[in-house]
Amino acid sequence: MDWWSWDRALEVLPELLVAFVQVTLVATVIGSVIAAVLGLIIAITRRTAPAFIARPVHAVMEFIRMTPIVIQLLFVFYTFNTVDGMTLGVIVLGVHYASYMAEVYRSGIDAVPKGQWEAATALSMSPARTWRKVVIPQALRTTLPALGTWVISMLKDTPYLTVIFVVDMVRQAENYGSRTFVYTESITMAGLIFLAASYPTSVLLRRLEKRLATY
Amino acid sequence: MSDNFDALIAALPDLRSGVFITLQLTVGGVVLAFVIAIVLGLGARSPRWPARVPSRILIEFFRGTSLLVQLFWFFYVMPLFGIKLDALLCGVLALGLNYGAYAAEVVRGAINSVPKGQWEAATALSLSPVRKLRKIIWPQAWAIMIPSLANLAVMLLKGTAVAYIILMHDLTWETDQLRQTTGNTFFAYGVGMIGYFLIAYLMVLGANALERHAKRRLGQGPPKGGLFSVRITDKATAAPMPAANAGGGGAGAGGGVV
Repeated sequence: MDWWSWDRALEVLPELLVAFVQVTLVATVIGSVIAAVLGLIIAITRRTAPAFIARPVHAVMEFIRMTPIVIQLLFVFYTFNTVDGMTLGVIVLGVHYASYMAEVYRSGIDAVPKGQWEAATALSMSPARTWRKVVIPQALRTTLPALGTWVISMLKDTPYLTVIFVVDMVRQAENYGSRTFVYTESITMAGLIFLAASYPTSVLLRRLEKRLATY
Repeated sequence: MSDNFDALIAALPDLRSGVFITLQLTVGGVVLAFVIAIVLGLGARSPRWPARVPSRILIEFFRGTSLLVQLFWFFYVMPLFGIKLDALLCGVLALGLNYGAYAAEVVRGAINSVPKGQWEAATALSLSPVRKLRKIIWPQAWAIMIPSLANLAVMLLKGTAVAYIILMHDLTWETDQLRQTTGNTFFAYGVGMIGYFLIAYLMVLGANALERHAKRRLGQGPPKGGLFSVRITDKATAAPMPAANAGGGGAGAGGGVV
């Protein structure tokens, strides 16, 4: 019985890797940048803006966080049907994960000791300068590992882009399967590529967390 | 707009069956994930390597490969081995294994964060290992792990939308059907998203009540934030965020990086 063929696995590997780099990695990197920047903006807004802005922002974030990314992708795809799928997908991933990263930043900002704020006030630093030079650098230090784990999570959510017809690595693996009627090698290899990308990253993050721990 | 509502009312039976499929996936996934979390979570902190090593490998494997890959594996690959699974079962298996692996880390972390003195006291009272775990350690660990498990359960609910990809007629599918009949994306998807949001919110409320009950059994005060709050934890380590640990009537760290 021929359950596994290394020839097939090696044959499918190049196209999977191309899709991994062109779609999965690109979407993860750009999506992470969007999520990291937007998340920080949201976290700061929730701290500094008046309640009539901060509360709706919070409610929207909560809503995004509690609805599936698949349905968000479809919604955006059918609403903006002239924009290409990859662009929309990256934006949806970024906004979805921004709602998680905002919470990470928030707890990081809350963890900055009160004395730091008071010291900045005592030095008569402007609020903007206090955020930029005192609070955010310290908050980032404690949040970096947690942000990283969300990036890994996003990496593993990129296959959902397939619902808006972006051919990512997993769809590529499925296509290979429907071409050859053999799915075993292609889908297993896709899983192993994810594992190879995410496991070492999570080990590194764990080390980073130990190194950055201030207490 | 009234056309939309007419279409919505006409689509109600379909939407209800979609919600039912989504709920079946969610409940099946959560139950399987919980069993797997306890088995692997206890296995991963066993001092004996024949239990620890396989548990660790399974946890890392199911966390490291994507949910959709696992779903496709059950859907496309298992039939090649002669095991033809029904789509619903594929979904439950993939969701249960994937989120069970994440939850195993929560269980492990929560058990580890029960103070050492509790273990020593139970030993001093010469309780058997099973009794010690069941009567002393588990109730305390349980109270710690509920918020993180609830977050994972909500993530699992959101994960059930992948069923749409293997053409199951779940809530996402029925939402898209409603879009096609009304031609109004905003309306149809608004209905679908509110449906998911409500299910998720009910799950969070249930978890808050469970946590309250678990803490009362331990003689601790109610958790911070009240019954209606939604707390966020970090999926990968599934540790409550530092801010969430800060007070919370003894709700210590739920794991962290241990």
